Amino acid sequence: MPDAITELNGDIRNKLVAGGTNINDLLKYFITKADKLVDINPIKDFNSIFRLENGGVRLGALHTNADTAYDPIIEECYPLLSKAILAGASAQIRNMATNGGNLLQRTRCYYFYDINTPCNKRDPGSGCSAINGYNRIHAILGQSESCIAVFPSDMCVALAALDAVVNIDGPEGERTLPFADFHRIPGDTPHIDNNLTYGEIISGIDIPKKGFEKNYSYLKLRDRSSYSFALVSVATALDIEDSTIKEARIALGGVAHKPWRVIEAEDFLKEKQPSRENFAIAADIILEGAKGYKHNSFKIELAKRAIIRNCIMALNPETQRPGAKPSL
Amino acid sequence: MTKSEVIGKPISRLEGPLKVTGQARYAGEYEASDLLYGYVVNSTVTKGKIAVIDTTDAKMLDGVVEIFTHENRPSTAWFDIQYADMDAPPGTVFKPLKDNEIKFNGQPIALVVAETFEMARYAATKIKLAYIEEEFETDVESNLHKARDPKKGLASMLKPPPPKPKGDFEEAYRNSHVQSSGEFKHGTEHHNPMEMFASTVIYEGSKKLKIYDKTQGTINSQLYVANVFGLKMKNVQVISPFVGGAFGSGLRPQYQLFMAVMASLALKRNVRVTLDRAQMFTFGHRPPTIQYTKFGADENGKVNALYHKAVAETSQFEDYVEMVVNWSNMLYPAENTLFESKLVPLDVYSPLDMRAPGGSTGMHAIEITMDELAYKLNIDPLEFRLINYSDIDKSSEKEYSSKELRECYLRGAEKFGWSKRNPEPASMKRGNKLVGFGMATGIWDANRLFARVEAKISIDGKATLKSAVTDIGTGTLTVMSQIASDELGMDLEDITFSYADSAMPFAPIQGGSFTTATVGTAVQTACIALKKKIVKKAASLKDSFVSNAPFEDIIFRNGFLISKQSPEYKISIKEILEKLSLEEIKTTNMAMPNPLTQGKKAKAVHSAVFVEVEVDEELGVIEVKRALTSVAAGKIINPKTAESQILGGMIWGISKALHEETITDHRFGKYINPNLAEYHIPVHADINDLSVIFVEEQDEFVNDLGIKGVGEIGIVGMPPAIANAVYHATGKRINDLPIHFDKLL
Repeated sequence: MPDAITELNGDIRNKLVAGGTNINDLLKYFITKADKLVDINPIKDFNSIFRLENGGVRLGALHTNADTAYDPIIEECYPLLSKAILAGASAQIRNMATNGGNLLQRTRCYYFYDINTPCNKRDPGSGCSAINGYNRIHAILGQSESCIAVFPSDMCVALAALDAVVNIDGPEGERTLPFADFHRIPGDTPHIDNNLTYGEIISGIDIPKKGFEKNYSYLKLRDRSSYSFALVSVATALDIEDSTIKEARIALGGVAHKPWRVIEAEDFLKEKQPSRENFAIAADIILEGAKGYKHNSFKIELAKRAIIRNCIMALNPETQRPGAKPSL
Repeated sequence: MTKSEVIGKPISRLEGPLKVTGQARYAGEYEASDLLYGYVVNSTVTKGKIAVIDTTDAKMLDGVVEIFTHENRPSTAWFDIQYADMDAPPGTVFKPLKDNEIKFNGQPIALVVAETFEMARYAATKIKLAYIEEEFETDVESNLHKARDPKKGLASMLKPPPPKPKGDFEEAYRNSHVQSSGEFKHGTEHHNPMEMFASTVIYEGSKKLKIYDKTQGTINSQLYVANVFGLKMKNVQVISPFVGGAFGSGLRPQYQLFMAVMASLALKRNVRVTLDRAQMFTFGHRPPTIQYTKFGADENGKVNALYHKAVAETSQFEDYVEMVVNWSNMLYPAENTLFESKLVPLDVYSPLDMRAPGGSTGMHAIEITMDELAYKLNIDPLEFRLINYSDIDKSSEKEYSSKELRECYLRGAEKFGWSKRNPEPASMKRGNKLVGFGMATGIWDANRLFARVEAKISIDGKATLKSAVTDIGTGTLTVMSQIASDELGMDLEDITFSYADSAMPFAPIQGGSFTTATVGTAVQTACIALKKKIVKKAASLKDSFVSNAPFEDIIFRNGFLISKQSPEYKISIKEILEKLSLEEIKTTNMAMPNPLTQGKKAKAVHSAVFVEVEVDEELGVIEVKRALTSVAAGKIINPKTAESQILGGMIWGISKALHEETITDHRFGKYINPNLAEYHIPVHADINDLSVIFVEEQDEFVNDLGIKGVGEIGIVGMPPAIANAVYHATGKRINDLPIHFDKLL
């Protein structure tokens, strides 16, 4: 177990810092309070990317987003991940931000960032300002009456699609969590973003061998071409043989409290032709039960169209544009 | 004027190297001994009273020097007499820390002064506050019933109220061959210059201050400080050579200046107060405005009826007005008009001029309505503008001093390739992208005020000009140097333009696109006066050819006076000074427009804007692929800095059309996106091919140099041109800004 965890000293007021691209803001806005910041950057074991014996790859928790996106293994074998990372934040932020930190970034809900408004995520029990407020950027899937915030990461949308596994180290020893089980839906406890327990640390993220490097696409729809969070994003990975879909992965970002996958939709596409019609059915399955609010109902139709477009783009990944802009 | 050598040349801005190497110092960067740092505390409620403000714990922190609140603030002259700054609208200026009353969310209510900025900011969190909250209103739309006429005041000089009704609008509109009407909205926008507001106050003994302030008017800040604190003008020096963008936000002294001066005088120390980004959303802004138009045209496409009404937000304490509805009849000579401009007072801070205030708002509604009329008439939108072209400002019945707008339309259309446009909406495609061409007209005032300039020539052969004017990034230093260089016949390297110091001769606030015309003309005037003075001195010399020559026959070139008729006769200025045992020759002169003649003609700058957008057919995503603006703005002194002004305006136009909005949550009466992550302005990837054409105008009426001004015109026509291009691409009319792509789904 790294010394950093010992240094936390079991005191919940102490926090870890790696890239600092989110926690510094949270501290400045008095959203997070910390008596002590423990710098984990010196943990060398966490700062690399290497091949695993099973043919997969391990992303060190302290490897930066930029170094990950431009790593030759990632570019060649997991281009979906590379594209997703490069669709996020800005070059400066990606240079500082780490892979572990990316999983732990907090929502960008306006009200979460304003300590003078109620927010169940920041101040449990105080209420949700967004649900009847300005909610253009908020959730349409998996939300609760307590919280309609979304998880802002792009990288994690690709990691979800790639069936990544999160490696965790902590006072009780090491464990792993499948990516789908790492982040949580808000329920009645929106202040808890994920299933890490106090004192635990992400040591790395494993991606299985299958990288879908032949048919993939990441599409990000937002109010400007860079340096803004997704209103809707889609990671699509397809395995196609003889014009038939053998396996499909579709994950959505910007619509829920976690990267959103619906296995039924992916199962539907198995052994089907990669056609607009089939992608549209899959999109309808994914958005089943989606609920919009005053300013974000458009996301339901937008997400469906984005899924269809991104699946079509995945058939010809050459069409990808910088910043994950729509093409074709 | 002597032959033009550098006027009209694309000289790179002279202070550029200082800026890109970090040597340029901004207001919050000046060093001072034992400097104290102030951090402002802002109200978290929108309206009410401060019941308790307990600073006991905060004051006990190490390094905290003092905390000023309404309970302990020093008494200043300001609290006794009514005082307004140069850009104050009619009403009562907001006075920080006056009493316990809260008038708007984010109101500054305390200043923590500490040995470090960080300590001041931290101590601010330890102040205990309790409010008695009151009901408030911040939403224009739900308070339209409160709309009323604005109060008139000094501001009406540059922003006249709407022209009186002409003809019979209702009748003419009813009988029009085609009619078009619309409702248009945009929300609050904040200036968001890169540099945050800051003041560094150097305490130079009792009642004497030197202040580095972020401002668009050094003398405006000086006047404000002298009046508010009861100081002598000569004991208040305000310096502001570098301004990291202002866009109107620096036209009024902001509250950090009051706070820093108050603390400095009370503590007899050097004090700096810097605002943070969130605090940049706690003062002036472009007011949310709702507009209504009804335009009618006859079967030949002649516009014969114009109705335009604007309802805008103001504060409860000042009547900020913009000229929103006056423009259509300045452009289109309809005989029947009705214009209305109303205000809704709300519990917000007073709005404030922001690039092309009123013009960019009004022209958005006007040019979309015109576009729609063109479609209804089945006339090309450009052809429609030409049918309604006028060399007369119909609203005042005055002839334009110059107006090359027709040439702007024609050259712009030619270069843009407007003729390739298929008139049918949603008819042009590229892959699965709908392609749209849109155009719009821009118009802005060509005003000029008065200014004084000192001109001096020294024995080393160098000339120095002095003016209190700022350079808010527009290139003022460079263009003033160019004007002096040509007028004195000297190389640019031999000219020093000293500026941005209130101790220097008077210049008005830098805004309204009037600075180059105002101060540039004063530079020219002072240079001519200096030459005359030199000639007079030279004439007093024995055996000088100058003594027999009239002033007009002497050419100034490279530090020499040369006879026009016989160029072999010449004498250097250095020699003149030496012979007369003078160190320098100096003059200070005022230049002002002739009040008797200036009103005889209408004066304006114009633009024609052409835009191509691509809209993703399925996803609605909008991309401005290219935009071209052709501008007629008199004589262009420096095509490079002028082009930068237009490009900056065009980019802001894209921002206004597609990105930018301060979002208010009216339940809390507060802005909820006060940061540059969520207040969206374009990134590089949003900006594609932009180009600018200047159609030069010869206009000796506006001023001797023919200068009009380019600060604002770049933004004016962009939002409607983009909206019109989106309509052409999709067949969807989106009248509210910003146009978010989901509106096109």
